Amino acid sequence: MRALVWHGKEDIRCDTVTDPEIEQPRDAIVKVTSCAICGSDLHLFHNFIPAMLPGDIMGHEMMGEVVEVGPEARHKLKVGDRVVVPFTIICGQCDQCKRGNFSVCEATNRKKYLADKVFGHPTAGLFGYTHLTGGYPGGQAEYLRVPFADATHIKVPDGIPDEKVLFLGDIFPTGWQAAVQCDIQPTDTVAIWGCGPVGQMAIRSAVLLGAKQVVAIDHLPERLEMAEAGGAITINFDEESVVERLNELTGGLGPEKCIDAIGMEAHVSPSMPDTVYDRAKQMVGAESDRPHVLREMIYVCRPAGVISIPGVYGGLVDKIPMGQLMNKGLTIRTGQTHVNRWTDDLLRRIEEGQIDPSFVITHSVSLEEGPEMYKVFRDKQDSCIKVVLKP
Amino acid sequence: MTYSISNIARSKGDPKVLHSGPSSLGAADRLARALGWYSIGLGLAELFAAKRITRALGMEGKEALVRAYGVRELGHGIVSLSPDKHLGLWSRVAGDGLDIATLMTAMRHDNPKRDNVGIALAAVLGVTLLDIIGAQGVTARHSRPHGRPRSYRDRTGFPQGVQAARGAARDFKVPPDMRAVPTLAAVSDRAPQEKAQEKARPH
Repeated sequence: MRALVWHGKEDIRCDTVTDPEIEQPRDAIVKVTSCAICGSDLHLFHNFIPAMLPGDIMGHEMMGEVVEVGPEARHKLKVGDRVVVPFTIICGQCDQCKRGNFSVCEATNRKKYLADKVFGHPTAGLFGYTHLTGGYPGGQAEYLRVPFADATHIKVPDGIPDEKVLFLGDIFPTGWQAAVQCDIQPTDTVAIWGCGPVGQMAIRSAVLLGAKQVVAIDHLPERLEMAEAGGAITINFDEESVVERLNELTGGLGPEKCIDAIGMEAHVSPSMPDTVYDRAKQMVGAESDRPHVLREMIYVCRPAGVISIPGVYGGLVDKIPMGQLMNKGLTIRTGQTHVNRWTDDLLRRIEEGQIDPSFVITHSVSLEEGPEMYKVFRDKQDSCIKVVLKP
Repeated sequence: MTYSISNIARSKGDPKVLHSGPSSLGAADRLARALGWYSIGLGLAELFAAKRITRALGMEGKEALVRAYGVRELGHGIVSLSPDKHLGLWSRVAGDGLDIATLMTAMRHDNPKRDNVGIALAAVLGVTLLDIIGAQGVTARHSRPHGRPRSYRDRTGFPQGVQAARGAARDFKVPPDMRAVPTLAAVSDRAPQEKAQEKARPH
């Protein structure tokens, strides 16, 4: 089969690989009908997330049709079922899964020995990601083996186009969880840094959850325009001070809820000297992430507010103002997304027409065009915001 | 072929690469990578073999300068190998100018190693040409073209419109483990009731 394979920094290739095989009784094989390139794939593309190996198949946002089912998954899945595959692999039986903390499932990371060393304790296995999370082959491919398939799936009805439900596997629940863990009140201003795909979903989620005002921060005109279309007030950080404008919009109090939809690769600009400092340290390996957004959020957030971090961080960050954070009594909520905790509710909202996540797709191409689209997406060329691949 | 070795880390049913296809790396990216590693190599040589280099060029006494250039080369290399490779390559072009100017000072008639300096100059000029080609190539390949971006003004994501969407999910119950501390407004709203209850309570 064909698959997009990681060969090293900025080197993704459309390779011919062997077909996946059922390994465990709970496995299933899915024929991928649609998959997407996620913003966090770019962290792997840049080799900022440790423990990728040449030959790893990319992709953690995919859906398709079940074509083979292991004997212990047959009570939940059958050949022909249409499923979205969540990016977090879950057993559905461990303590964490029972609590709904699916992204820290205790059973699915098959490389626990690595995760124990790096994270202290293992987190869930993830598709198409680092070997710290199991090194499971991803879904930017024609076929995908889904481990623990009886729990790791979201069944979707026929008749809804792939494009409307595909993002149930990652960016939609990720944006939703980012907003939910802010516990949005009708009096709240929610500020969202980053108008990429997760930022766009967080904006829509905050609007649906009834925030008083939603403010979106970026500098790319097309992304700001999409944010505005979704009901956000926008701030272009190239043109105005984020802190001053947020204070102005909140009567000098600061936003109650702040969402970091950027993560470890904050934009670098001489007008924000800390970003240059971070980039220099990142280049020589003295810091793995560029946490400009974290610093800005902690500074501008209203005391006793909430900071929600769906943006991916990989390792060590520097110069985090703990004094501000502690004295202002801020609450930080973060984590990979507990996808299956939200998807029944979100699928219902899609079916009822409350939201149509396909708005974010700007490019739909074949799998063979995948390597070039990584470059286009990374360089933000051709007004690219979200790429869907059709194997 | 590194993927053949890394297959050790894969399980039996994991797909393995049979044939490799076209890469996301363009020719300019590969040139940048080669020049980046060249910078690292040259930088290390200048740093650790400064004496040999100055002797070969008849520039004895300039070891500290050569070592400083070595550190500079390492910097060019690190940036050229990073996603900001265009900055690395343009900084290499500037560095080439500095190298040429420095070598020119050694082209004196009384320098017995003048021939070696000539060879070094020719090499630097050749590399400068590659640096310019590489820098222009990666800049062109990775820049956002000027002009108007596409319009996404109609991409609301809300089939029933933004106004209908505002608060449409207020029926959603935030799970207890994700609730924040009460907002200031909620505390203020509750305060009068609590005060009334306190007053009614027998002392």
